[in-house]
Amino acid sequence: MSSGAAVPTPSPASSTPAGTVVLTDADISRALTRIAHEIVERNKGAHDLVLLGIPTRGVPLAARLAERLAAIEGPPADGAAPLDPHAVVGELDVTMYRDDLHRHPTRTIGATRLPASGIDGKVVVLVDDVLYSGRTIRAALDAISDLGRPRAVQLAALVDRGHRELPIRPDYVGKNLPTSTSERVSVRLVEVDGARPGPDGTPATDSVVIRPAPRAQDATAEGEARA
Amino acid sequence: MRHLLSTQELTRPDAVRILDTAAQMAATQSREIKKLPTLRGRTVVNLFYEDSTRTRISFETAAKRLSADVINFSAKGSSVSKGESLKDTALTLRAMGADAVVVRHPASGAPHLLAHAGWLDAAVVNAGDGTHQHPTQALLDAYTLRRHLSGTGLTSPGASGPDDVAARGAALDGRHVAIVGDVLHSRVARSNVHLLHTLGAHVTLVAPPTLLPVGVESWPCAVSYDLDATLAGHGPHADPDAVMMLRVQRERMSGSGTGGGAFFPNPLEYTRKYGLDGRRLGLLPEHAVVMHPGPMNRGLEISAQAADSPRAVIVEQVANGVAVRMAVLYLLLAGSDAAEGADAPGVLASPSVPTVERVATS
Repeated sequence: MSSGAAVPTPSPASSTPAGTVVLTDADISRALTRIAHEIVERNKGAHDLVLLGIPTRGVPLAARLAERLAAIEGPPADGAAPLDPHAVVGELDVTMYRDDLHRHPTRTIGATRLPASGIDGKVVVLVDDVLYSGRTIRAALDAISDLGRPRAVQLAALVDRGHRELPIRPDYVGKNLPTSTSERVSVRLVEVDGARPGPDGTPATDSVVIRPAPRAQDATAEGEARA
Repeated sequence: MRHLLSTQELTRPDAVRILDTAAQMAATQSREIKKLPTLRGRTVVNLFYEDSTRTRISFETAAKRLSADVINFSAKGSSVSKGESLKDTALTLRAMGADAVVVRHPASGAPHLLAHAGWLDAAVVNAGDGTHQHPTQALLDAYTLRRHLSGTGLTSPGASGPDDVAARGAALDGRHVAIVGDVLHSRVARSNVHLLHTLGAHVTLVAPPTLLPVGVESWPCAVSYDLDATLAGHGPHADPDAVMMLRVQRERMSGSGTGGGAFFPNPLEYTRKYGLDGRRLGLLPEHAVVMHPGPMNRGLEISAQAADSPRAVIVEQVANGVAVRMAVLYLLLAGSDAAEGADAPGVLASPSVPTVERVATS
């Protein structure tokens, strides 16, 4: 769990008016490769592993991790079938298990899809993009216990931004990102967000961008307009 | 969405959203543990002024699968039989803290009154009012139709090939549904005509002139008096993709007894002209499905051969009813009222989780 430098080092090139790019395309790719190696190391191989992505952006991250796991493991020595990256990936929608449903407008329910082998007796690795309060993971743990009884549950997050409200800790982290609660962390993945640049100037490739709260930004803009 | 009172007020995106949510709910019902914690601590009251088996059980199952507390209240054996008014009953329910009231009432408009008279803070779901509307039945019919008339379901014979992948997000554009029988007394027909029209389907009502309501020509549908011609595709919309048989509601016909009151000469003649039997089943295209909202009068509007044929999706309709009612209860009760009132003046049209920004809630 050597998770990069704790403090982002904004270089002039990566600072845009829309925020600071803390992870580029290549950074995300390297972080996922490292996490895949850590998963194999911790579990002494990739057998009995199931990767469950939490929608929306956990799902493509889980698929990318599975491809890397298959590449790391390679064909087994005893001639058995090699690891099929599609057969170990699923998605886990946690909407109906959330504890904050009453505080938001009605959320659209996503799909839950488990690998054909199920999750009983497996090692389930939950994959999410940003780990923040931990409440999504709490909901995911409840959802998993309704679906089966895995041997163990582990947690992989691309970004851990702190401010946990529950005793939940990730097993694999792409990058630890100290933030203030007023800042916003946006993860952009081409599978979900497409290959076009975002309207606010976010780059067209995978990225993790940190930006100040929108209200603060508006206030600055207003202030500048008055000045 | 604050209440669900009729299908006429449902917009197309709202209707598709309910059907999509129902599909996700249905997926959870094939699990070993079917109960979800979503509506924990919420109270749903089933307020039934009229006899019902499947609708009440269906709502009760749906609410319990979402972990809501359910209170069943039927007019028989309650203070209603001592003469309590709807208003006083509603005030009692408010005092007990009901979050949703599912109401069936013999008087058309009773759910509307309950929702808008200011007696209750709860969400009101119409479970059938008089001869007005039965929106959840229409939604479950549309959900069943969408499963069987999307993608491969359109080509595979009868009820054999639901295609849930193709059905996701789809409507019913260009499909043709024949609704046959006692349209006059049927709230199911009224709800279905509006919902199917909203979803883009063509509807043909087939009934004897005596069982069609006054003003039916203003409804968004075609009307036929000849079942054979409609099934064979001689109407304005070619072959039907589905036939929905309606129950002959003899309890609502004056002077019923053995005959059909003043509405048709005798049951045998009704069956001969408007009953679905094996011969008429043969007139339908291969992929067409047979529906019935239940309870069936076997031998009157539908023969045993048609009801038990592999094309009949009547039992599936009941199963889909639970999923659709779970979806309706979820969409009515799960979100915060304040947030929805603020940014979604329309029914149900509240935004989903923003797709580009995914931050504070992670």
